[in-house]
Amino acid sequence: MAIAHVGASDAPKAPEKKSKKFAYLLLAPGLLWLLIFFAFPLINLAETSTKTPAPSFETGEFVQTFRFMNFLDAFVDNQEQFYRSFIYALLATLLALAIAYPLAYAMAFRAGAWKNFLLIMVIAPFFTSFLLRTLAWKQILGAEGPVVSTLQFIGLMAPDGTITATAFSVIMGLTYNFLPFMTLPIYASLDRIDYRLLEASGDLYSNGATTFRKVTLPLSMPGVVAGTLLTFIPASGDYINAQLLGNPDNYMIGNVINSRFFRVVDYPTAASLSFLLMASILVVVLIYIRRAGTDELV
Amino acid sequence: MSEPKKVQGDLVLSHVRKSFADFTAVDDLSLTIPKGSFFALLGPSGCGKTTTLRMIAGLEEPTSGKISIGDTDITYTKPYHRPVNTVFQSYALFPHLTIFENVAFGLRRRGIKDVDEAVEKVLGLVELSHLKNRKPGQLSGGQQQRIALARAVVNRPALLLLDEPLGALDLKLRRQMQIELKWIQTKVGITFVHVTHDQEEAMTMADTVAVMNNGKIEQLGSPADLYENPKTVFVANFLGQSNFIDGVVESSDGSNVVANIQGTRITFPKSRNNASGSAIKVGIRPEKFRLHDPGDSTHGNVLIGGKITDISFTGVSTQYLVEMPWKQELVVFEQNDGGAPDLVKGDPVTLSWEPQFTFALDGASK
Repeated sequence: MAIAHVGASDAPKAPEKKSKKFAYLLLAPGLLWLLIFFAFPLINLAETSTKTPAPSFETGEFVQTFRFMNFLDAFVDNQEQFYRSFIYALLATLLALAIAYPLAYAMAFRAGAWKNFLLIMVIAPFFTSFLLRTLAWKQILGAEGPVVSTLQFIGLMAPDGTITATAFSVIMGLTYNFLPFMTLPIYASLDRIDYRLLEASGDLYSNGATTFRKVTLPLSMPGVVAGTLLTFIPASGDYINAQLLGNPDNYMIGNVINSRFFRVVDYPTAASLSFLLMASILVVVLIYIRRAGTDELV
Repeated sequence: MSEPKKVQGDLVLSHVRKSFADFTAVDDLSLTIPKGSFFALLGPSGCGKTTTLRMIAGLEEPTSGKISIGDTDITYTKPYHRPVNTVFQSYALFPHLTIFENVAFGLRRRGIKDVDEAVEKVLGLVELSHLKNRKPGQLSGGQQQRIALARAVVNRPALLLLDEPLGALDLKLRRQMQIELKWIQTKVGITFVHVTHDQEEAMTMADTVAVMNNGKIEQLGSPADLYENPKTVFVANFLGQSNFIDGVVESSDGSNVVANIQGTRITFPKSRNNASGSAIKVGIRPEKFRLHDPGDSTHGNVLIGGKITDISFTGVSTQYLVEMPWKQELVVFEQNDGGAPDLVKGDPVTLSWEPQFTFALDGASK
């Protein structure tokens, strides 16, 4: 900059202006996309959430009355499913973390030539619809499936026992479905760790376990935070796993929203629930990010 | 919490070999590094110097041989049990920790509770106390280098290893850090083993330099010794520049050797003859030559019939290329102190040098 000042005084300004314009141009498609596919539906949803049934009581007819009590009613009526959603999502996130971290660690540090193969294996499930994969689990874990009959044969399970239609199978389904979202960010942050830092830690009197605790784990925290968010957020709004692998006792808030929208045709309640879900996830995530202190990490 | 054993003494490598799948990085290396010395392993990249350092640090295991400090065999000791610390080439500072915590890392791992005093003291030594709350990413290269040094020195190891520690710094900062490193070594009295490919750096800092090539030590000695009396062509060329003239030993008496180089008879001290046969390569450093106008009075060994083919001014000295009657071009450095005659390209010249600045190597050596 100092050199530019000596020579042409207004020359450096021109390209700066141009590049700023160019940046807006590059942003335009994204902003437009956000406006059309995110902002408009959200406004529409917000508008629906405070409506009440039309005086005619015709199905699907609602009028805007700005009834904000809709939110409280929706919450009070569906508290159970709300809590369950977060508990299931939390358990699934913890399980996925417990499975994904060792897997990502092995891929990043121990896999050698197998690294890329394992990476493809992690991504491979995305090649089929998650609906089909969840249906497949319903078959595998179902009453006539191989798991139940084997467990019953060796006597580990009562003859009338089931795996599907339990909280266990729903949480398992959630864990399975979101495992790649946990694995990939953790792998990415572990893979980025300079191996010499681990050597330096060993050189400075840390054994393997201490090196993991003091160097590897803190440096992989951005991946852990990203992975847990990518698992927890969609898992708390999920309804497919509960619907296919659970019974109504395992229904989550997503199932309620789904049924309010499409079966009961109670748009205001469904919209209120959607907003409550979004808001509560946002609060949970903000608290989590603050606690994790990811901005401190490099 | 793994307290390294209290080990002191000379570092001894005996018959150490390290083979990888398809090549031998270190080949039957034996070496003693005296306690408290500043030792440099000097060589081109791929000569095995870094592998040697990594074996001392415990980051690689030797294929065979033994490494010990004093009476303690550390050949297969885990790095975290060795009284050895390393200053890594890339510094390898922990990006998630503050400068203070980086320096305190080794002390804390050894279970030392009160680290403040030791850390403050070593940060004072490298003059960076004011940066202790910063993260490594906020420091310049030179500052990071000092922190890497402080992080190792604070542990008071028996041995401090430096892996090309100044490689990433610019020339001016490198010169400054060389002096600083040497000063810190003198102050803390820890044995420093320094790996570098920069001959000037090795000569500036080290008490003893080992020149490595192809996994072996070519020559070991004080910097002056290596420079003035190299035992191999590799050492002669790796440490500065040399002129080599083929010749034959004619006779030798008690203290001097008489040799014939390209028809001219010269003498040099017997102690400077590193050749075993009579065919020799006579080596003369460019700055040892003096230039004369033909017919001027000369002293020492003399070569006549030279012709200046090129002159380049380099600041402190001027470099001349002199073509000899046997069509070999010799390099001559003359100090720009007015001692040399005014010469231009094409001028005929006579070269002379003092016999004690000659060294002779085997004629067949390359």
